[in-house]
Amino acid sequence: MKFKAMTAIAALLLAPAAFAGGADDDVLVINGEIEMTTKADAPAHLDGALDQVISGWHFRADETQQLETDDFENQGMIFVDQAIDQWNTAAGSEGKSCADCHGAPEDNMAMVTATYPKYDSDAGELQTVQMQMNECRTERMGADPWKYDSGAAVNMEALIASVGRGTPVQVAIDGDAAPYYEQGKEMYYTRYGQLELSCANCHEENFGNYIRADHLSQGQINGFPTYRLKNAKLNGVQSRFKGCIRDTRAETFSPGSDEFVALELYVKSRGNGLSVEGPSVRN
Amino acid sequence: MADGVKPRVKAPKTAAAGEVVTLKTLISHPMESGQRKDSDGNTIPRSIINRFTCDFNGENIIDVKMEPAISTNPYFEFEAKIPEAGDLKFTWYDDDGSVYEETKSVAIG
Repeated sequence: MKFKAMTAIAALLLAPAAFAGGADDDVLVINGEIEMTTKADAPAHLDGALDQVISGWHFRADETQQLETDDFENQGMIFVDQAIDQWNTAAGSEGKSCADCHGAPEDNMAMVTATYPKYDSDAGELQTVQMQMNECRTERMGADPWKYDSGAAVNMEALIASVGRGTPVQVAIDGDAAPYYEQGKEMYYTRYGQLELSCANCHEENFGNYIRADHLSQGQINGFPTYRLKNAKLNGVQSRFKGCIRDTRAETFSPGSDEFVALELYVKSRGNGLSVEGPSVRN
Repeated sequence: MADGVKPRVKAPKTAAAGEVVTLKTLISHPMESGQRKDSDGNTIPRSIINRFTCDFNGENIIDVKMEPAISTNPYFEFEAKIPEAGDLKFTWYDDDGSVYEETKSVAIG
């Protein structure tokens, strides 16, 4: 009896730590083989803003975290399977599939998610993975471009991310990418909407605290595309940006817009050093 | 047949005789409940997997009846004792009459 009472007291003492909303100290290993870096020293350009960058995985409940540790339980992998079929299927007037040029995704695509968005000097613009895919589709396959963040596009993005899991995010922010970086940074610290909230207000100043009933993460995007339990599908990062800005009660930008492409580069660069995690599982 | 239905099973290839093994199954399926309406206000007809069974060498291990409240892509994890080498047969029954099957062989060793 005495033992039980002590256990109960111990549980009460532990409870605040478990429910405080901060990042936990769990370790993420996928399929028992890919060891993920989910906490890292902040990259130099975040001096004064963050000391440590933390994957959103640490802010989720144990049950949700566990789903990501096994490809069988990670429902995002269902969509990756669909993308593999798409990868091997010819589309468009040229009769080419992704595989005809790129071979197997695991052989040639492992570095893609870690380094995009990337400046493309031929196109003269910063390109996300989806923009690069559409360049392939329209210029080399003779196919229609995918609508930004549409099902097929996000699924393919997830396939490309999945073969790069474990690779540290390392987007370039200097040279030709610098103006986009500056534009994205400007947006990150700009207050939007009737609630007058910037990205930084929540994800830099208050990560680990509650926003209503949910934990605020650092807003890292190393785990995108993300399978969300709330809508049972993969979600693209720019659609997530749209949701965030909408929640500040602002008129939002559209997925695929110049503004969101620049913001994607900036937010991704805040996670330089974290492992590529997509498709991650979140609530 | 609903689109994109694909059964997936994770079972050990070998087991000791009499060992209790964990089986994981997942089938991608929209599991349309029949409660929702489309943008024109018409009811979207119910289309779910209504039954799932698993047999080992013809002997039933589990038989599940499913209802519309079950989420998309139903996942089942359960245990079974493997007395001898044989085949695990997994079967899913769709509302539209389709039957999806998957077989996994387990050796003793």
